[in-house]
Amino acid sequence: MSTLSRDEVARVAGLARIDLTPAELDRLAGELDVIVESVARVSEIATPDVPATSHPLPLTNVFRPDVLVEPVDRDLVLAAAPEHIDGKFAVPQILGEDA
Amino acid sequence: MSDLTRISAAALAEKLTAKEVSSVEATQAHLDRIADVDGAIHAFLQVSGDAALATAADVDARRAAGESLHALAGVPIAVKDVVVTKGLETTAGSRILEGWIPPYDATLVERIKAAGLPILGKTNMDEFAMGSSTEHSAYGNTHNPWDLDRIPGGSGGGSAAAVAAYEAPLAIGTDTGGSIRQPAAVTGTVGVKPTYGGVSRYGLIALASSLDQAGPVTRTVLDSALLHELIGGHDPRDSTSIDEPLPALVAAAQQGAKADLTGVRVGVIRELQGEGYQPGVLARFEESLELLRGAGAQIVEVSCPHFTYALAAYYLILPAEASSNLAKFDGMRFGLRVVPEDNPTAERVMSATRGQGFGDEVKRRIILGTYALSAGYYDAYYGSAQKVRTLIQRDFTAAFEAADVLVSPTAPTTAFKLGEKLDDPLAMYLNDVATIPANLAGVPGLSLPSGLSDDGLPVGFQVLAPAKADDRLYRVGAALEALLENEWGGPLLLKAPELEVAR
Amino acid sequence: MSTLVDYDDAVTRYDTVIGIEVHVELGTVTKMFDGAPAGFGEEPNTSVTPVSLGLPGSLPVVNGKAVEYAIRIGLALNCSIAETCRFARKNYFYPDVPKNFQTSQYDEPIAYEGWVDVELDDGSIFRVEIERAHMEEDAGKNTHIGGSDGRIHGAEYSLVDYNRAGIPLVEIVTKPITGAGARAPEVARAYVQTLRDLFRALEVSEARMERGNVRADVNVSIRPTPNSPLGTRTETKNVNSFRSVERAVRYEVSRQAGVLDDGIAIIQETRHWHEDTGTTASGRVKSDAEDYRYFPEPDLVPIAPDRAWVEEIRAGLPELPAARRRRLQGEWGYADAEMRDVVNAGAVELIETTIAAGASPAAARKWWMGELARTAKQQEIELAELPVTPTQVGQLQKLVDDGRINDKLARQVLEGVLAGEGDPETVLVARGLEVVSDDGPLLEAIDAALAAQPDIAEKIRSGNLGPVGAIIGAVMKATRGQADAGRVRELLLERIGS
Repeated sequence: MSTLSRDEVARVAGLARIDLTPAELDRLAGELDVIVESVARVSEIATPDVPATSHPLPLTNVFRPDVLVEPVDRDLVLAAAPEHIDGKFAVPQILGEDA
Repeated sequence: MSDLTRISAAALAEKLTAKEVSSVEATQAHLDRIADVDGAIHAFLQVSGDAALATAADVDARRAAGESLHALAGVPIAVKDVVVTKGLETTAGSRILEGWIPPYDATLVERIKAAGLPILGKTNMDEFAMGSSTEHSAYGNTHNPWDLDRIPGGSGGGSAAAVAAYEAPLAIGTDTGGSIRQPAAVTGTVGVKPTYGGVSRYGLIALASSLDQAGPVTRTVLDSALLHELIGGHDPRDSTSIDEPLPALVAAAQQGAKADLTGVRVGVIRELQGEGYQPGVLARFEESLELLRGAGAQIVEVSCPHFTYALAAYYLILPAEASSNLAKFDGMRFGLRVVPEDNPTAERVMSATRGQGFGDEVKRRIILGTYALSAGYYDAYYGSAQKVRTLIQRDFTAAFEAADVLVSPTAPTTAFKLGEKLDDPLAMYLNDVATIPANLAGVPGLSLPSGLSDDGLPVGFQVLAPAKADDRLYRVGAALEALLENEWGGPLLLKAPELEVAR
Repeated sequence: MSTLVDYDDAVTRYDTVIGIEVHVELGTVTKMFDGAPAGFGEEPNTSVTPVSLGLPGSLPVVNGKAVEYAIRIGLALNCSIAETCRFARKNYFYPDVPKNFQTSQYDEPIAYEGWVDVELDDGSIFRVEIERAHMEEDAGKNTHIGGSDGRIHGAEYSLVDYNRAGIPLVEIVTKPITGAGARAPEVARAYVQTLRDLFRALEVSEARMERGNVRADVNVSIRPTPNSPLGTRTETKNVNSFRSVERAVRYEVSRQAGVLDDGIAIIQETRHWHEDTGTTASGRVKSDAEDYRYFPEPDLVPIAPDRAWVEEIRAGLPELPAARRRRLQGEWGYADAEMRDVVNAGAVELIETTIAAGASPAAARKWWMGELARTAKQQEIELAELPVTPTQVGQLQKLVDDGRINDKLARQVLEGVLAGEGDPETVLVARGLEVVSDDGPLLEAIDAALAAQPDIAEKIRSGNLGPVGAIIGAVMKATRGQADAGRVRELLLERIGS
């Protein structure tokens, strides 16, 4: 299976929105390469005839009635927010790199 | 030192019911114990003494008024910090959630509160439950009460150490790949991972949704059964919750304590022993098998050939699900926000927050999981891992045709030294080799102490049962516990060194 | 930058292929995955639970009613309903997506492979093939504040309200729509309109365009001939009115023709619709171009709609708009062109209610497509927005049918109703407009008119009925139009013959 290059780790970290220092990137690239090589073993026995299992127990059709529940207390939620204005969450500018 | 901290939860509950002691006394005794030893153990991230005493006083008043109360009412409990508690800081061991006060309670916390168990505080853990040693906690590691230089296991090392150090009679853990059972094994305590769907996940900060399960952490098998019955059962807020009554767990533990296992078929999993397992661990395992045989159990060997791929599948499925579950920690709505200099956009703030807010192991697994799901790799990694999961389930199905329960050592080794495996992720991952298959298949598992290894440290014995047959864990576990304690002349924890008391 | 090519010119040289994704917000009481209210217009961040805020520890549970609505939509679009299907996570970071993934259906939609017939302005039917209809959740809303112009790029902050986050959506995706040629913009508009009508008929959504209940993303590509391979497409997001859908397709055809004429390749991209200028503009190119890392949502279990349940839903489907129009046209006896005008004017329900209130189909159509249509046009409003109810129009017509007013008086009564003076009966009494039906005053007026014009009276008496109109006119004038002209004529002839 493929090896995980430093560039690839940097790309994936970007996709995961995690800033890494160059030193972290060096270290992670090495560690992840070893781990990926190890876990890639799964493909040895994952033949096409084997179905995938995403849930441990085979439940289906778990539905909720269309009935209101008590909303969460907004004051408690906003009190735990980094910043809020007028009952809304204040977040930094979106797409600002185009400015 | 108070006797109240040394007795089992069941015994304490009896004293409370008989009004021999009050819940305030029992709760205070545990708070005192925490004050005495937690400086050395660091099992707790938060101690909620005032709230616990208020609950205790309320329970005492209700008991005095003749109200009918839950059997465990007034028995204090510690809760792993991955479980959301309204009004009580919940961090999951991460810097990114430092100071977060949840506006709601997890379902299992609601049940604990409704039953009147005073919550002593929140226990330490590896960050977001990723680890086997609590060394990945952002708030410093927990120490093993048996040897303060050793790990207490993980991720739920805090809950296990708290129970082992008599800081709490009961604790809540969560087990994604062994985070209840492995700490139990290395601290000489009992831990149970229920059948997937047996205990609501609503309010557990998700690590890997298809693997996570909350369960009891205690000093005795009966105590686990009591706590399991309290927190278990259907919850409409969790789509994966089993909509059926729990089996009679306490009754099974009581039956098991009679130590008669006539007709019970115990399957020894061939693949979970041998290479990589400490000789002392294997020796204690063999001795326990002999005791079971002596109690009438029929010991058979079973083979689960695909278990050798379980670790690989687990370290794809877990990181993949975790990478998505942990995306919400972005500094926008709650928790840490790191604002870099010059014109920070939301995107840059997210990346800076996650870069600084997450620890190494979390970053490692998120990046691994993101990679495993990303375009072009899904089939080879995540897709294949899900197929391995099917094969492991089939192994279990076949094995449970030959045996009523399956057994193995819980962990291949006893507690290792702090720092010993911190720089070698793969070596750390190997701790969970015997516990992971149960999570992949959703079947329940229990770990109980089976003696001390050559190094004088506790060894765990794992019992696995078919899905929804958690009662078998308690029957066999309680039987083995009774047989072993008969040999030892009391609980294994009596052999633990006394901790130095800070006051 | 290439210049726009005149649309009529562009379509002589290029064939247009479109594809439309319509999102409809379902009118359930609660959200897709939690019991927070799915309503509109609440205080910010009050219609939320830990689930719709994506708080740590929260878990989704599927709203069964939303599944039923999705199946209803699927069946109405002649789709197959999946034996089993799942939700997946679509992972991307954006502040209005509280979990930083959207729970959606990916490779297993609940409904797939269907079609819907769309009626065009000339009455012809165009069949649009449906690829799939799947369930998902809406995002929250960002308000961009600060910065020089308050627009997104200059904003210093955004404020986020998650009330909308988690409202159930069904997304309906067409197959590539070919063969519409120059009429592609009209087909696009008529298709969205057809879906809107369908959602309302199915009672799965209020489907109010102005509230964003229905939103369309429009894919457009052009190619030299209908036999050429498909061209590179652009996707214009969030086009939220019928007219805009049509304009957006037209604009993209003109724009792309200009680009291709210059020998430049079309870039596959997302574009934004600007309502004010009627143009589309290139969106930001995302760095992690659509690597959404879809995987099955582990917090939800598969949905396997029971076949009996699906059939029950099918049996309970209301009459759908197209069938209903066909039925009503037959019942009312309207010609194709008449019916089309009624439909286009949005008058079907109005006329139906008017008829129920007692008017004949012809009379109901006469009022709504005549006097009232003119009034609405003058005021630049929709028929339904006029301050007159179909019931009142029915009452008005009954007054005419009963002979209590004539057509001319009826228009005056209607004027009063529109002016807010009350029901037709009230206006009639208040304005004193009732037809004079008592013969006495009429005979007096006739006698007076005959006396005032003796020469005409003489001609009539001598058998020349030509000038009777002059006498009738005089009588009508004397009674201020409140006489029934037919009755006046009868009385006049009786008078003279006597």
